[in-house]
Amino acid sequence: MFDLKALYEPTTVPEAVRLLADHPEARIMAGGSDTLVKLRDGKLGGLEWVSLHGLDELRRITLDDDDTLRIGALCSFTQVAESDLVRRCIVSLPEALLTIGGPQVRNIGTIGGNLCNGVPSADSASTCYAWDARLELAGPDGVRVLPIADFYLSAGKVDLRPGEILTAILFPHEAYAGYKGAYSKYAMRGAMDIATVNVATSIKMAPGGATIADARIAFGVAAPTPIRAPHGEAVLRGQAPTRALVGAAARAAIADTRARDSWRASRAFREHMLEELTRRSLLTSIRRAGGEIGAEQ
Amino acid sequence: MTAQPNPLLPTEDQPSQRRPTPPQPVHGAPGPNAPGMNKLVTFELNGRPVSKMVDIRENLADFLRNEFGLTSVKKGCEVGECGACTVLIDGRAIDSCIYLAAWIDGKTVLTTEGLASPTGELSDVQQAFVDTTAVQCGFCTPGLLMTATELAATGQTYTREELRRRIAGHLCRCTGYENILNAVELALQKTQTRAAAAADEEFWNTVSGL
Repeated sequence: MFDLKALYEPTTVPEAVRLLADHPEARIMAGGSDTLVKLRDGKLGGLEWVSLHGLDELRRITLDDDDTLRIGALCSFTQVAESDLVRRCIVSLPEALLTIGGPQVRNIGTIGGNLCNGVPSADSASTCYAWDARLELAGPDGVRVLPIADFYLSAGKVDLRPGEILTAILFPHEAYAGYKGAYSKYAMRGAMDIATVNVATSIKMAPGGATIADARIAFGVAAPTPIRAPHGEAVLRGQAPTRALVGAAARAAIADTRARDSWRASRAFREHMLEELTRRSLLTSIRRAGGEIGAEQ
Repeated sequence: MTAQPNPLLPTEDQPSQRRPTPPQPVHGAPGPNAPGMNKLVTFELNGRPVSKMVDIRENLADFLRNEFGLTSVKKGCEVGECGACTVLIDGRAIDSCIYLAAWIDGKTVLTTEGLASPTGELSDVQQAFVDTTAVQCGFCTPGLLMTATELAATGQTYTREELRRRIAGHLCRCTGYENILNAVELALQKTQTRAAAAADEEFWNTVSGL
């Protein structure tokens, strides 16, 4: 038995928002694959919970009229990873999601829950950063949309205001059109493990494919929140891709990190892995975007 | 042969095998508008419609074991890592230890008890595990059977490497993974052969009827 004081089960978004407003102390449960494990561990006991499990309207993946890719916050990792629409628009998101837990956990856990947890290692988060995701939140004052970087406030803390729930992850057309990307995760095991570090990159080549039009580099567990690496990105823009350039970008990207020592890994090891994974991830992204890696200069 | 009821499946008149609930911590009564601690859930369990009151604090693994006697649902880690408690909900494998029983209202649940035919004939997946001697202590087996059943239902073919990833959510502490992989491979082959034979038969029936 889990130590729940009460379980509210709304079936619509307005009902969920109203319940949260009526019960300001209540916590939100989405798929439960994180919260129920914490409860089993004796944490978060004696609280009221609003379960979003019944909000089937948030389990859809659609293309809006303006070609914005809309992923409902309650879509399971499996559902997102298997979606043809997602595979077509955000090529590396399925890659990232398929590194989470094992198949049964991916059938339970939700992409919205992964982001709202606020942990820097969330496998979906760095990819959302690398593809300029925007988050749609519904609350007592209506709906607001904000860039994902504004959502993450500090370690474990996200900008989810009282009574608010995350309803969708949005990728505007300009955020994905022409981009290809890749995801690299370093963990102690090949499955069922949390990322020691992870790197997501996306690349858009200029027409003709000779130079890089845009580059995005995002890191997980390189700082208290997922982050972008603007110094690394700046090295790449407008340049012809070579191994030397990619190596320089990966080195420059480390300037944007604030990795620290923890029992999982030392700062030095994290920085080393971040640089190496960035190099590999960028090479994959460039090739996928149709760029050719030039000879050493 | 006349169809005998499967003794492992729940029946309407079977008494509940629930064990006494251990004392629970009390944190004061919920608010005036709070829903109760119990909820009626109606769902399909191993092919039969069932209705039962469920404690909202209970996980699905305990619910299936205690209320329906479905002890193939093993409790290993209880935190969604070992896969021993895997069941299919609407055809998808999930860890029932980290799934609230209150959520199954309106859904379809399949456990290992529901795999054999009513006459006790093993499913292709079960037979594949027997044929390849893929069972050692047997604790991980029911969970793996459910994942293999989910995979077989897709009708897809998988490489051995893909299958390794597909069963990565199961731990076998006897470490008998090679035979388990052989079993899953054979299970998919058996299912596909049967599907192909059925399609053949349908074709010839259609043709001969013309």
